[in-house]
Order: sequence, then structure tokens, then C-alpha cells
Amino acid sequence: MELTGAQALIKSLEMEGVEVMFGLPGGAILPVYDPIIDSSIRHVLVRHEQGAGHMAEGYAMVTGRPGVAMVTSGPGATNIVTPLSNAYMDSTPLVVVSGQVSTASIGTDAFQECDITGVTMGITKHNWLVKDPADIPRVVAEAFHVATTGRPGPVLVDVPKDVANGRMEWYWPESVDLPGYRPVTVGDPEAVRRAAELIRAARRPVIYAGGGILKARAADVLRALADRTGIPVVTTLMARGAFPDSHPQCLGMPGMHGNYTAVTAMQRSDLLIALGTRFDDRVTGNVARFAPEAKVVHVDIDPAELGKVRRPDVGIAGDCRLVIEELLEALAATGQHARADGSAAGGEAGFGDLAPWWDQLHRWQEQFPLHYEPTEGPPIKPQMVIETLREQTGEDTIVVAGVGQHQMWASQYWRFEHPYTWVNSGGAGTMGFAVPAAVGAKVGRPDRTVWAIDGDGCFQMTAQELVTASAERIPVKIAILNNAYLGMVRQWQEMFYGERYSEVYLSPDLPDYVKWAEAMGCVGMRVESPDEVLPAIEKANSIDDRPVVVDFRTDAFEKVYPMVPAGASNDDIVVHPAHDGRAR
Amino acid sequence: MSPRSRESRLHVLSVLVENKAGVLARVAGLFSRRGFNISSLAVAPTDEGERFSRITIVVDVDAAPLEQVVHQLDKLVNVVEISELAPADAVQGELLLATVEAGPAERSQVIELVGVFGGEVVDVGTSQLTVMLAGRPDQLDSFERLLEGYRVAGLQRTGRVALPKLGASSPRLSQVG
Ligand SMILES: Cc1ncc(C[n+]2csc(CCOP(=O)(O)OP(=O)(O)O)c2C)c(N)n1
Ligand SMILES: [Mg+2]
Repeated sequence: MELTGAQALIKSLEMEGVEVMFGLPGGAILPVYDPIIDSSIRHVLVRHEQGAGHMAEGYAMVTGRPGVAMVTSGPGATNIVTPLSNAYMDSTPLVVVSGQVSTASIGTDAFQECDITGVTMGITKHNWLVKDPADIPRVVAEAFHVATTGRPGPVLVDVPKDVANGRMEWYWPESVDLPGYRPVTVGDPEAVRRAAELIRAARRPVIYAGGGILKARAADVLRALADRTGIPVVTTLMARGAFPDSHPQCLGMPGMHGNYTAVTAMQRSDLLIALGTRFDDRVTGNVARFAPEAKVVHVDIDPAELGKVRRPDVGIAGDCRLVIEELLEALAATGQHARADGSAAGGEAGFGDLAPWWDQLHRWQEQFPLHYEPTEGPPIKPQMVIETLREQTGEDTIVVAGVGQHQMWASQYWRFEHPYTWVNSGGAGTMGFAVPAAVGAKVGRPDRTVWAIDGDGCFQMTAQELVTASAERIPVKIAILNNAYLGMVRQWQEMFYGERYSEVYLSPDLPDYVKWAEAMGCVGMRVESPDEVLPAIEKANSIDDRPVVVDFRTDAFEKVYPMVPAGASNDDIVVHPAHDGRAR
Repeated sequence: MSPRSRESRLHVLSVLVENKAGVLARVAGLFSRRGFNISSLAVAPTDEGERFSRITIVVDVDAAPLEQVVHQLDKLVNVVEISELAPADAVQGELLLATVEAGPAERSQVIELVGVFGGEVVDVGTSQLTVMLAGRPDQLDSFERLLEGYRVAGLQRTGRVALPKLGASSPRLSQVG
């Protein structure tokens, strides 16, 4: 069967099981848009290519399937560079197809030419410039294989216009042949055995669970490991939902804005069991002073992560799910029995007694819970909006966040019970992520309620994708925590720059978010006092035929606590002023 | 920096890659992104079909950061295998071409010098000679120092190529977890 390169490309995407793609056409990618008309793949037409990329990310993060986006050459391709970088930092599987000028014009500064494989070399797992239409099925198969296996990540396939227009004899490769690409899977049994020994001997262990748990679909085995060992679990920003917040052993989020107990437990620990996580500087604080007494067991599918920041005592390169299963077997083989009551675990034969550790952890939890001071009248406390939202929506609700104070409050004050219910931009911290990512998440899980908790600054960066959402009938809900500021930056200027506020004020009512929402086909609401919060959320939850935007006027001067100042040690964690002076 | 301490910071990586467009840029990019200076780099196909190439990279860096680069290199889809060749465990070779100002008075001296190093004269002009010398990098260094007594119009070295010594076992870094 003879096909054009463009037809082969779309057919290859179908062969990969792609159901939806996000994109926007243009000159160089025109040939590929033609066969989309006849394809089973749903195409969501975005208003800006950055939106396409973040939608594909949101889709991938909630479904576990690769997100697919398509853009034209030049500015279309550069507009999706930020999502590629974001997906690279957060290991999200993404396949981006970009148009390119014809092969004969490459290197001539042709109209809308950009060396996008060069630009994205450092922020993709791999990229391809296709030079022959006959290569298209092979390259597409390789692209999906690389994006989804090992440590997942974004890839880009650049398709010159003449390659899309050229003809080829259709085939579909049985397998991919990449001699340099061999992701590891199972862990070394000897290392697993040594890890089990360390776990048995530990007196102050902490399971440090990262986003790799979610990529490996290992939440259930993580739970089994916690239940069996009685060890407390912290879940990083990328791992919220990987372990239920309601579990008595869950300590919540560590890091710069982590809660006191999670941060300090790691800091005082004698064994960190790091699972699918990369010792990010936002978690470790000052690395030289991080968890000084802890031995480290580090499990990661990416061998380059082992020893990158902290040298592990036992490093295990492998898939988190498989390695945790091996670890459970190794622990069982040493006569270890399940501990029914995690919170008071300890004392079984051959196992360290964790009771004193748990006593300490519980004291910290009592002394330093998350805290804010609620108010009766305006302005609204942002944390109160999140708590009310949480109480008014089911625990399977998908929560998406932008980047800033609102993101940290969302992670702190939501209660995550299930994996894949939290979508945010961690490693890159990309403002503008929330609206398009929420749209993508809703496309991937139309059965779920999707609430984005966004900042006023972030919302202004990518709000136009609500036009896409309205046009495509994708009913997402957006809560803007409108503090009239680039709040997180304002907080740093207040705390570290002597309250000298430089270029952080945005205004509460310019733009008028309600009118803007309505202009984009959404329902818009404004909420100015605490007693209006609940009715507004109830109303928003009752709307299911179009997107909803709620402009919550929140306290401009609220700060995120606790906080470990940048570069400081986790020992120097700054607690809420109301907790100042409490015994640590 | 003294030659000795510099030599101890020099690491020779032998990297087998798929011979694909852009692979050199990917490899070089990993070094430059971390601010490492590649001191020399040589690349050529290894097989008839030209599916694979071997890149020999000499890089001036401490061992700890190098380990991270090697791990990152190994993640490149087109990189098949990486070995670090410790100087003691490797045979190394390099080629040097030099054009030397040598009138009738100096010509025979230069020819003699080249002969001592086992090199050859490959081109002769009225007042210049071009010589070619293949050998171990330290031999080429010595030759270069001896040339300092002459006016050198142009000098080009290829950068090292290296293979493990027979019987020596350099760790295959790409296989180290
Ligand atoms: C694209 C981008 N530009 C700049 C920043 C730096 N930055 C981090 S948080 C923040 C403020 C975000 O403001 P807003 O969306 O209103 O959230 P808030 O902190 O007020 O909740 C800024 C500017 C960033 N993370 N991303
Ligand atoms: Mg704000």
C-alpha cells in the first residue's frame, strides 16, 4: 500500500494507539493536517502551542499514556519548547511532532525555519529529523518506545514538508532496533538484599517517595512496603497521591515548603529509603548539611541519578515497582512479618524498634501542624478556599496547580488519597501550566472532576486555552487564588529583600477575570468574602456543560509556611510565626 | 598547571556510537553543558557498513564529575558503549603534521630530527618542509618541544585514538550500575 509520508505519520500514530492529540497547524505541517480529517484520532485545536504541550502533559500525567502534540515549524516549534523542558524535568512521556521546511531548504534561513532538533537536544530524551518518508513508521515506533520506557520523557520528531508529501510503501515495524538504548528494569538481587538488611537495622528510617513511584505504577507496592515495615513515608511534590495522606504513616510533603515533621524526619533519619526520586535541591536544602546521619538506599530507574547528588550506601538501578517487589520478598525471606498498626510499629524479631521514632514524629506533628489564621471577613485566606474545595469534591477529583504560593498551599492543604489525582509542574516550575494541563487532564479522564488551583499571575499566561476548552466542550474548573501579586516572589522580597517590592504587583481587578471568563465562553464568578466561598464552589460543582472560573479575592500578604530559605539547611526551617518558640 | 597534574586529570573515553546525524553534537553538548573542556576528540566509523563509529574523547576533568557525564552520555539513545581507558591500560596513538620554516641550512637538521622520531617528510618547498609523525601522544609532545627551536608555520594534531591494552581490563563504564 503506497501512502504519503503524512498519511504514514497519522497511521503510525493510530498504530501506537493514540486517541487524542493537541496542536495547531501551519505551513510546514499542512500536509500532515490533511489526513487528520479521515483519522480516528481526535485533534484538539489549541490557541497557543504552549497550551498543546501542557495539555499533552496533563493528559499523560493522569492516564499514564504518552501525550501527543503537533505543531508547525519555526515559531510553532519554539512555542512548545517550554512544555518539552517541563516534561523533561518531570519525566513525563510526550511525543511532539513538528513540521520543518523542506529538506532542500534546511540551513538556508527559509521562511519559518528553525533548527528545532538542535534547540531541543538538551530538553528531550531524544529527537529525530526525518529525511525519508520510508523512515516515518520506524521513527514513530522508536519515538513512542523511547518516550514511554525506562525513565519516561519527551521526544520530538521533526518532519520536513517534502518528507510529508513524499511517497512510501506502508509497513509497521515489529520491533525497534536501538542498540544504544537498554533501560534497566529489575534490581541487582545482592543490592536488594543489602538494602533489606539496612531496613531491618534502622531505628529512624524514612521512606522518601518520589514521582518515580507514579511512573512505575508502584503505589500499591509502596503501600505494601509501608504496611509491612511500619516505616513513615514522605511524598515529594511530584509524588503527592502516591501514598494516601490519610494513612497513619504518611508524613506528607518534605522540602522547601514541606511540613515540619516531613522535613525534620528526613533530617534526623538514620536511613532514607529513596524510591524514584532525585534529591532535588528543593527537597534537600543545603546538600552538605542534609540528613547528616542517614544511610541512603536509593532506587531509581535512571542509573545517572544514583550518586548524582548524594552518594547512596546501596544504589539500585531498576524500575521502582519491580525493585519494591524484590525488596518485599527479601524482607519476607528474613522472617519479617507484617505490622498491622503502622503508627505503633516495632519490636518484631530481627527488626529495629520504631516506637521511639514514632513517639518523636508524633510530638513534632502535635507541635508543628500546618497552620494559618482563618478570618471572618475579607480578604479570604487562600488555605481556606482549598480546604473548602477539598471538602466539597470527591477524593477522586483531579487537582491541577500553577506555580507559586497557590501551588504550595494546594499541595499542603489538599488531602490526596489516590495516585494520579495531582498534576503540577515540579522541576521546571512553569507558570501557566495549570489551565492547559487541566484541559489535557480532563480530556484524558472525562469521568473525573478536574479543578485547577491557579494564581492570578499564572492564569494570565495561558488563560486563552479556556477558549479551547469552551469550543471543545471540556468542562474544567479554575479557582484563581487572586492575591493581586506574583505572590511567591513577593514573599521572597518581603522575607529576604527587606520588603522592597520590585515588579510584583498585578492588581486584583485588572483584568476583570469574570468578564474575561465570560468572553471565553466560561461561567465566571467573583468571591470576595469567606462566607461566599462555599456557595460559589457548590455552584461551580453543579455546572458540567462548560468551564467555570472563580476569582477568589485572597489575602495578598499571606505567606507560605513552613519555609526553608534557599541555600539554607533544613535544620533552619522557618515555622509559622504562631509556632515560634515552641520546643523543637 | 604542571604537565604531570594535567595528565592525571586527563581522561580518555572511548565511546561507541550509532553513526547517525547529530550524534557528535549530542555527545559534545553533554560536555559543554557542564562546562567541561574537551581537550581532543577523534571520530571514525568502526565497521564496513558504517553503522557504528568510535569517538575517542580526551577530557580534562576530575573523576567525580566525569562519572556523572559518563552516566549522562550512556543515556543518549545513540551511544552504545562507553569505556574509560586509564592511560596505563590503553594503547594510544596520535598523528601530527607540521610545516617548518627550513632553508637549506636547517633542512638537514629537521630531516634528522623527524627521522629520530620515526616520522617522515611529506612535502618539501624552497624554504619549508612539511613533516608527518605518528606515535604515542607523549612522543608527539617531545617532538613538538624540540620544534620550538625552529619557526613553525603550521602544526596540526589529530587528537588521540585509543584502545584497551591486550589483557588489560578497563571497566566498561556503560555497564556500571
Ligand atoms: C514562566 C515563569 N516565569 C517566572 C517564574 C517565577 N515565579 C515563580 S512563582 C511566581 C509568581 C506566581 O504568581 P501567581 O501566579 O499570582 O501565584 P502566587 O504565588 O501569587 O500564588 C513567579 C513570577 C516562573 N516560575 N515561571
Ligand atoms: Mg498571585
